[in-house]
Amino acid sequence: MEEIYAKFVSQKISKTRWQPLPPGSLQTAETFATGSWDNEENYVSLWSIGDFGNLDSDGGFEGDHQLLCDIRHHGDIMDLQFFDQERIVTASSTGCVTVFLHHPNNQTLSVNQQWTTAHYHTGPGSPSYSSAPCTGIVCNNPEIVTVGEDGRINLFRADHKEAVRTIDNADSSTLHAVTFLRTPEILTVNSIGQLKIWDFRQQGNEPSQILSLTGDRVPLHCVDRHPNQQHVVATGGQDGMLSIWDVRQGTMPVSLLKAHEAEMWEVHFHPSNPDHLFTCLKMDPFVSFHQVKLFNELLTFLSHSISNQAHVHQSVISSWLSTDPAKDRIEITSLLPSRTLSVNSLDVLGPCLVCGTDAEAIYVTRHLFS
Amino acid sequence: MEELDGEPTVTLIPGVNSRKHQMCFDWGPGEMLVCETSFNKKEKSEMVPSCPFIYIIRKDVDVYSQVLRKLFNESHGIFVGLQRIEEELTGKSRKSQLVRVSKNYRSVIRACMEEMHQVAIAAKDPASGRQFSSQVSILSAMELIWNLCEILFIEVAPAGPLLLHLLDWVRLHVCEVDSLSADVLGSENPSKHESFWNLPGNTQTLTELELKWQHWHEECERYLQDCTFASNPHLESLCKIMLGDEAALLEQKELLSNWYHFLVTRLLYSNPTVKPIDLQYYAQSSLDLFLGGESSPEPLDNILMAAFEFDIHQVIKECSIALSNWWFVAHLTDLLDHCKLLQSHNLYFGSNMREFLLLEYASGLFAHPSLWQLGVDYFDYCPELGRVSLELHIERIPLNTEQKALKVLRICEQRQMTEQVRSICKILAMKAVRNNRLGSALSWSIRAKDAAFATLVSDRFLRDYCERGCFSDLDLIDNLGPAMMLSDRLTFLGKYREFHRVYGEKRFADAASLLLSLMTSQIAPRSFWMTLLTDALPLLEQKQVIFSAEQTYELMQCLEDLTSGRPVHGGPDTQQCQDDDIETTKVEMLRLALARNLARAIIREGSLEGS
Repeated sequence: MEEIYAKFVSQKISKTRWQPLPPGSLQTAETFATGSWDNEENYVSLWSIGDFGNLDSDGGFEGDHQLLCDIRHHGDIMDLQFFDQERIVTASSTGCVTVFLHHPNNQTLSVNQQWTTAHYHTGPGSPSYSSAPCTGIVCNNPEIVTVGEDGRINLFRADHKEAVRTIDNADSSTLHAVTFLRTPEILTVNSIGQLKIWDFRQQGNEPSQILSLTGDRVPLHCVDRHPNQQHVVATGGQDGMLSIWDVRQGTMPVSLLKAHEAEMWEVHFHPSNPDHLFTCLKMDPFVSFHQVKLFNELLTFLSHSISNQAHVHQSVISSWLSTDPAKDRIEITSLLPSRTLSVNSLDVLGPCLVCGTDAEAIYVTRHLFS
Repeated sequence: MEELDGEPTVTLIPGVNSRKHQMCFDWGPGEMLVCETSFNKKEKSEMVPSCPFIYIIRKDVDVYSQVLRKLFNESHGIFVGLQRIEEELTGKSRKSQLVRVSKNYRSVIRACMEEMHQVAIAAKDPASGRQFSSQVSILSAMELIWNLCEILFIEVAPAGPLLLHLLDWVRLHVCEVDSLSADVLGSENPSKHESFWNLPGNTQTLTELELKWQHWHEECERYLQDCTFASNPHLESLCKIMLGDEAALLEQKELLSNWYHFLVTRLLYSNPTVKPIDLQYYAQSSLDLFLGGESSPEPLDNILMAAFEFDIHQVIKECSIALSNWWFVAHLTDLLDHCKLLQSHNLYFGSNMREFLLLEYASGLFAHPSLWQLGVDYFDYCPELGRVSLELHIERIPLNTEQKALKVLRICEQRQMTEQVRSICKILAMKAVRNNRLGSALSWSIRAKDAAFATLVSDRFLRDYCERGCFSDLDLIDNLGPAMMLSDRLTFLGKYREFHRVYGEKRFADAASLLLSLMTSQIAPRSFWMTLLTDALPLLEQKQVIFSAEQTYELMQCLEDLTSGRPVHGGPDTQQCQDDDIETTKVEMLRLALARNLARAIIREGSLEGS
């Protein structure tokens, strides 16, 4: 693992995300956004790793990221997603959801839209109004779905002032993360270890399906859907357990992998190379960052599916579902030098990876698969 | 009363008229709160409007500097690394490892200095520009001191290489002070000297070098005596300089930016094989000569002098006074402690100097909203008081999101601080209950293994059920899993819900035995028994006999226990009467149903076999 560039940025980074490239583009990722947390003044910042025409005196290494612009953000940034090329949506610890617009010509960020009372414990109408942190966001142009510590799910549409749909009290515990399965279905994970699938076409406030691990109710912190196969999701839990689920089959995870000793904060399938899964977690003295990769991709018809269902209708079974971790077909690589504080967030796009840590550093590499 | 090391500085607080009104204050962990009171010093009270603000006064402003934050973060990594490799450091490699760590620290300081310099240049208003520039010079002074300590204490250069290190030291710092002195003296002569010293090979012993130098020195002197350079005064003074003549050197004072530059130059020409213990004499005299009685030594000069005298404690003490932040002394002392240079003389509160400084530094970090995470690691490496300090500090971190709470909890759990875990989880659970997030409250009490709180949450659920007639948050109660065992009340809640589920699936026999076991196993709270018995009514009224005779007897027993325990209410108001009426009606209905069921059960059991 070569060529990781680190830069100390004087703020603890809670989220990093690559700016999406225009479809069909052959460029590699160049710009990423970060959000900070736990400061008296938090910032959403845009950084660039492109080569500059006007290098400064010490050369400006390729890969050394430079700040393009930033904007003040009220409250910790709990989640950050790119809505499209130019707009960034953030979730705040004050319960506010904000859409920022990036102006590339003069390199500034401005607030485009804001839903200030997206998440609350007691409502804005009452005298004892108390807000609740918004913990997760997922975007699918033009829709934005947010979840929070108040157990509420909101469906917003860009340029609509009010929420299109709100499911109050969707969960009695905190919802930590959300992802789209197939529009209009979403999947949420909560702090009592359950995955719930919600269908926006249905009228009621009940989930259409609930999945959970048996055993201890370990909170789940993150979730990501397989880019090509919409029924496969990966979740990361408080005990560092990585679970792969097939939402069509039963209520149990298909495979479990004890990846870390402590909380897993984010999990990502690589968008174009989904045999690679990335996770990050709190400090582990020897390994801070994992890349879990499957060796054997020829597992299409060798279904060892743990749920023991013989008939599968797809001809291509995701190789993740057929994994038997005990057979050692998974290779785990540590990507970051150890001794850093918690790695809070990561994002991958093509061969580029960016991650942010509580040691106030951002790490970037452009050569993931070399 | 301890004697003061220096005069305390006076800070004026804007808007507060300390001549008219008294001020009051209170200490915080890293700050002080000050405000004006309405007491005033004169006898008669004047209605003078007082200052309406409360001021927060911080001594340590460095912690809030954007550029210095990078210093704190990077040095934290180096610090932790040093503690970790400590066990592996042995023998010869130990010294080189420690030198490398020292160079790491210094490079971090330099990087910070560069950046601060950039910021100073780019500053928009002159006041902040000046502030940044002064920061740059403070950092520069820190690096100067550290570098000297590295040479004298860590590298422990012997006579010979000592001077070369000192030359590098001076060259590094003189050149960066941006002076036009391309250092005519410094640059010209080393070229002659290094070839003379024959550095790379370093095969010559000290005595050989000394001998050669002595020879060369005598030759120079001879040239001077012979007035070879008499025609050219410049060359003559150059020769005098090369002989180490102090007067000649001092003539070039403008080119020598400070006394330690003078010292090293002087040593270079008069005694290049100086021994470390002799340094102090040269240093003192150089300082005196250079200042020439015109000015007095500055704090930096005192620190450097103390270093030349090998008085480490004095160095640290002076630095602590001069600098506003504990960063420098904490890290330097820690490094020197690893070099086994500090005798552990106990300070009167039980820990040694290294630990004291680290504790102060880490406490300062905890006062910052963000840098507390760094402070945790520093406390970890203070063996005596680190743990208790961490316990006290970590409970007081404000937790505004669950994610931050999770990080704090993980820190506590990794260090087996169970008390703190419990207390934090309790706070979070209480907040959740107040916000009506019963699921969150339950998950916090499960994490803390707090049976009492789990009972409280279950009581809330049961109360909600009684009020509304149905369960809220079924997703939680239905899926409790092994967590159910945490408290009796929670188990009851789970089982009760199971009863409802089983009843809904029309598995009446199972429901009946479950209901009975709930009552007889004593996990149901007494207040709930009436509800349970009422739940039994539809089962008793079913066409087929569900409860066996034995079971019916037990139910009757429960009912009797319940009614005998309750005193008869002689209340005057009608509401009470109505409640009593309802109660007695219920009891009567139950008695009737139980009796009927008993009859049917006996008949059924009596006539089961045979036909």
